[in-house]
Amino acid sequence: MTRQPRAAPLNGWASRGRITAPIEEFIVKALVAAELEIRKLRHDPIQLFTRAVQPVLWLTIFGQVFTQVRGIPTGNLSYIDFMTPGILAQSVLFMSIFTGLVVIWEKDLGILHKLMVSPAPKSALVLGKAIGAGVRSLSQLVIIYIVAVLMGVELNWNPLAVLGVVTVVMLGAMLFSTFSLIVACWAQTHERVMGVGQLMMMPLFFASNAIYPIQVMPKWLQVVSQLNPLTYMVDALRNLMLVEPAGTYSLGMSLGILGAVAAGLIALCGHLYPRLVR
Amino acid sequence: MAMIDLYKLTKRFGTQSAVESFSLIVERGEVFGLLGPNGAGKSTLIKMLTTLLPSSGGRATIAGYDIGRQPREVQRRIGYVPQALSVDGTLTGYENLLILAKLYGVPRRQRLDRIHAVLNYVGLDSVANRLVNTYSGGMIRRLEVAQATLHHPPVLFLDEPTVGLDPVARKTMWDLILQLRHDYQTTVFLTTHFMEEAEVLCDRIAMLYDGQQVAMGTVAALKATVPHPEATMDDVFIHYTRNPLTIDHQGSYRDTSTTRRTAQRLG
Repeated sequence: MTRQPRAAPLNGWASRGRITAPIEEFIVKALVAAELEIRKLRHDPIQLFTRAVQPVLWLTIFGQVFTQVRGIPTGNLSYIDFMTPGILAQSVLFMSIFTGLVVIWEKDLGILHKLMVSPAPKSALVLGKAIGAGVRSLSQLVIIYIVAVLMGVELNWNPLAVLGVVTVVMLGAMLFSTFSLIVACWAQTHERVMGVGQLMMMPLFFASNAIYPIQVMPKWLQVVSQLNPLTYMVDALRNLMLVEPAGTYSLGMSLGILGAVAAGLIALCGHLYPRLVR
Repeated sequence: MAMIDLYKLTKRFGTQSAVESFSLIVERGEVFGLLGPNGAGKSTLIKMLTTLLPSSGGRATIAGYDIGRQPREVQRRIGYVPQALSVDGTLTGYENLLILAKLYGVPRRQRLDRIHAVLNYVGLDSVANRLVNTYSGGMIRRLEVAQATLHHPPVLFLDEPTVGLDPVARKTMWDLILQLRHDYQTTVFLTTHFMEEAEVLCDRIAMLYDGQQVAMGTVAALKATVPHPEATMDDVFIHYTRNPLTIDHQGSYRDTSTTRRTAQRLG
């Protein structure tokens, strides 16, 4: 180790003076926090594929049976085409909603303390974790695309559309994982985060347009599902994934809602995050 | 220059006081020890000084920066080894340091040299590319010190740095702490339960009891205050922290479980 001359600006971090410096720092630090998550994933990639079983079962069993039954009005669209974006959104939701468990584990270990005493903005740490959850969720995207092809779902392979799907999956994962982190800040224990995750998972899924259109729901449930971010995630995916775009809302509106909710949650979570290490 | 300057620093949780009016000045290059029974407020004090916990009163500056008003400046100038493990077992030693170097904004061209220099310093360069969950307890603690000193902080906080280590690993840690002080004039603020550790390492010691500072001074000065001709540090500790009403009722379930868990992981 070489000693730092005392008069030198401390390790080159002397304030850069530019107006954009805080934004730059925020983005760089968030990407570093995301890199941390991705490196962990690289050392243990198997966990990605153990999560694939559930969506595959939904598509192959539930999907095939309901396609035969034709009990759910999906217009010109076959039911399996209709539900595939819904199952992708569902598996992203189910995977992300337990992100809070990981952060409680890191808190108990002490890893979180080390990150929290670093001069990185707390919301950048949250954003990094959310991006990590997004990257994790991309494994679900790959698996569901493979199953969907095998089942004859008419997918849109336009590169821009696929890029759009990746964006929506990332945004959705970021949104629900940050929600889970907020729960963790408040709940502080594994048991409570697990409980809240379980409690939220099914209502979010069923009170959405994932496996049936909103129109068939009773009025009150329609209202609930219009307040549910998962609805907009599914809708955006229906616009992007299928050869015949089948969304109800415009893509811009869905993306706008997802982006705004995710940004709001990340800002809120950045504010609450220090509570985890007090 | 005073690297740690505390004036009537106080932390209350509701009406309960965890640290009450703690005042202290620690000079550059000094190794300062904080002793006290479990639950005396040691961890609360260290959390305030490392900016993890806001204070309820008084004032504190680290390396000239106020912990409440300039937390980012303080964070850039401190290293912290918490009592619990702060390295990620699922990454290699090198990766743990790389992420931290980036978070602290060590410039890209200096990064690699810094990481290798610090790994070399703590004697872990040969195992840098092994996953940390294959390290021994002593190696993990040394990696944590590497991590905490990567950005050359003038002040280092160590919360029970040798808990759970065998005597050899403990001695290695002591040497490392003294080496840091010798080479870089690092100011070290540590908490410990081992009286021998306090005697070997610390220039001065403060005793904390029930959130209050009950004694402060050099080892020799503290021993002289005990009415006992050949007093050991154990005698000093018991003298200042013994209260027949509260003895053995200190420390929460959480403290105990954290200490045990850390000891188990390192052991």
